[in-house]
Amino acid sequence: MIVELGHYALVLALFVALFQAVVPLVGAGRGDLRWMNAAGPAALVQFLLVGASYAALTWAYVVSDFSVLNVAENSHSTKPLFYKISGVWANHEGSLLLWVLILAAFGWAVAAFGRNLRTGLRARVLAVQAMIAVGFAAFILFTSNPFLRVGRPPLDGNDLNPLLQDIGLVLHPPFLYLGYVGFSIAFSFAIAALLEGRVDAAWARWVRPWTLAAWVFLTAGIALGSWWAYYELGWGGWWYWDPVENASFMPWLAGTALLHSAIVVEKRETLKSWTILLAIVAFSLSLLGTFLVRSGVLTSVHAFATDPTRGTFILLLLVATVGGSLTLFARRAQAVSGGGLFAPVSREGGLVLNNVIMSAAAATVLLGTLYPLFVDVFGGGKISVGPPFFNASFLPMMVPLVLVMALGPLLAWKRGDLSGALQRLTVAGVTALIAAFVGIWLSADADAAWAALGLGLAAWLGVGTLTDLAERVRLFRAPPAETLRRLARLPGGTWGMATAHFGLAVVILGITGASLWQVEKIETMRIGESVAVADYRFTLDAVRDGTGPNYTTTQATFTVTRDGAAVAVLEPEKRVYTVRGQPTSEAAIQSSLVGDLYAVIGDPDEKGGWTVRLYWKPLVGMLWLGSVLLGLGGLLSLADRRFRIGAPVRTAVPAGARRV
Amino acid sequence: MRKLSIAVLALLLAAAPAAAVEPDEMLADPVLEQRAQELGKELRCLVCQNQSIEESNAELARDLRILLRQRLVAGDSDEEAKAWLVDRYGDYVLLNPPFKPATYVLWLGPLALAGIAGTAGVAYLRRRGRSVAEPPPPLSAAEQARLDAWRAQRGEPT
Repeated sequence: MIVELGHYALVLALFVALFQAVVPLVGAGRGDLRWMNAAGPAALVQFLLVGASYAALTWAYVVSDFSVLNVAENSHSTKPLFYKISGVWANHEGSLLLWVLILAAFGWAVAAFGRNLRTGLRARVLAVQAMIAVGFAAFILFTSNPFLRVGRPPLDGNDLNPLLQDIGLVLHPPFLYLGYVGFSIAFSFAIAALLEGRVDAAWARWVRPWTLAAWVFLTAGIALGSWWAYYELGWGGWWYWDPVENASFMPWLAGTALLHSAIVVEKRETLKSWTILLAIVAFSLSLLGTFLVRSGVLTSVHAFATDPTRGTFILLLLVATVGGSLTLFARRAQAVSGGGLFAPVSREGGLVLNNVIMSAAAATVLLGTLYPLFVDVFGGGKISVGPPFFNASFLPMMVPLVLVMALGPLLAWKRGDLSGALQRLTVAGVTALIAAFVGIWLSADADAAWAALGLGLAAWLGVGTLTDLAERVRLFRAPPAETLRRLARLPGGTWGMATAHFGLAVVILGITGASLWQVEKIETMRIGESVAVADYRFTLDAVRDGTGPNYTTTQATFTVTRDGAAVAVLEPEKRVYTVRGQPTSEAAIQSSLVGDLYAVIGDPDEKGGWTVRLYWKPLVGMLWLGSVLLGLGGLLSLADRRFRIGAPVRTAVPAGARRV
Repeated sequence: MRKLSIAVLALLLAAAPAAAVEPDEMLADPVLEQRAQELGKELRCLVCQNQSIEESNAELARDLRILLRQRLVAGDSDEEAKAWLVDRYGDYVLLNPPFKPATYVLWLGPLALAGIAGTAGVAYLRRRGRSVAEPPPPLSAAEQARLDAWRAQRGEPT
């Protein structure tokens, strides 16, 4: 009964969304205040209905109602409660319901916090938001309904893929979706602005925090996925250029560009139409990401062709959204263009360069991700586009980006002083050179150039960012009291930028270390034997069998010593989840700032030995630390005072009191 | 479709855990083994979702790793070993797609994209910057008078 109520609530939500998509929009066109004001309550009702629907599905999981097909296929009565609840979004249907729930929640948030928005803008934004909700609610109800019952319920369920029974992958999808769906707000604001033909600083001040929030979530989601791959897949890889990863990385790149161009709109009222286009692109790439992952088109074009219901539906949704919004953009972009002038060497110039490179990079990832599909569709046979392509095409674009990242913040708005800025970066330049030499000294000949580049760029960006902060507080040039006073007065946005830029420097350091200096030992070991890995010695002390709530496990114990002193005890496990008989590997990791000790236990051989994989992974922790700094930077920017106050609205100037 | 999509989801989310290269496959000669591992990273496990044979624990990946090592032991160069595999499995086995007519767009695309984006950016900056270079026109006498009056009102020196 509760499940049917959930199903019904979703149907109602679809109709409320239809109402919300049409009435406020028509109202805004006719200037009818009552029709426009219907948007707010509709958004609330829609949110409550989708929430009820989601709660009903969660309930079915918690009580293990296996008469619901979705529950039977993805859950099991012995699964821990935590994974029963998270299991709701660990499958296709449930995750889409989560998508719609987040969409409805964001729509409601705009309605609730957007009371100081212009009524027309607010009505239009909420209407566009509802159009997306209509598309997705219909998609769920017609092709991916999680509420369907089975005629003869099984005694127990199929269980959840054990790789997904893990905190990293529990959090990964919700964060990704918060990011994807967060860009829908920027999208709705962009479409509303095109409909209104008006973009001003107040508009940008609304779009920026939403974009920032979405970006922070997406950053966290991508980092969580990467972290999960690192500890769960058993050899410590953290980025594969897999189409599924690319699907989330493309919106991130576009979102990063959007974040920066929205600054220019806000501060200088220029780059308007470009920012609108980026908002459309960022959300379109989010939709494309959903499509790529959900339609099965990546595994095989033919799988898609044999049963195309879902894929075709999402494809139509995608075409309608992208096509419709780009057509609108082409017709109305002129109305919102214009704005201030600036010299090429200026803060604006730096931000434009950021946008140029980010766009080219996102397009490159898109090309590489979709290329095998196109070749296959047009009869060119099957080809693979793997990491070598992306490393060769994407990484070179990041070099000028990082070079300019240290420079841009030191340039003034409108017209910057290039030689002055470069002069102030002398320390950063010298540090970068030293770091490059350290990199060469630390590496084998084949890797030396990469090491020099990686460490050099990290140092340049890190020190350059600190230089900018020091300049702003006049460190060593003003009395300490003055410096402190300036430090306390720095706006959140400045702290945010510095933290995020510094975070990227830390990530680059991590990428360099993890890619170039890893030491790997794959051996067969007996109890009591030891193996040297870099400066460490791993000794296999014991191997024990055990059982968990829904798995059996084989656990090894390694003692790790360095120069004879014990530094760690590592206990990797190999689990077999009983219901599906699927093995997983739980790596044992001891992290430090310098690097991670990483141990994996494999299968036994007939002679009393065990296959083991032992690693020394230098600087891997910097990847996660840097990601945290990136996210923290976004949050600091979000906390900036000006977003809470909002931009001053230009009021009509009274006659006779012309502004000077 | 549901069965299929679950299989797809499982594949997408669940790159196979652990394993990959096993000690019994490894070559005694460390130089040759190093070459085999580097090469293996560029070869696709054909039944996997975007994994190299070096990373995968699928049976096929194991077979390919052993085949690859046999070729290297037999004296093949890296290129010869790759060509041998391409002859049997097609270009699909190469994670680093070869440069040929079907992939011209792929390999030249990033250059073209960077070029287009760069040109558009430069053109935009030029347009925006055209009149910044010239100083703004001086204030007219009337404007100067009003500015002076305003400053006097605030007690600032004119």
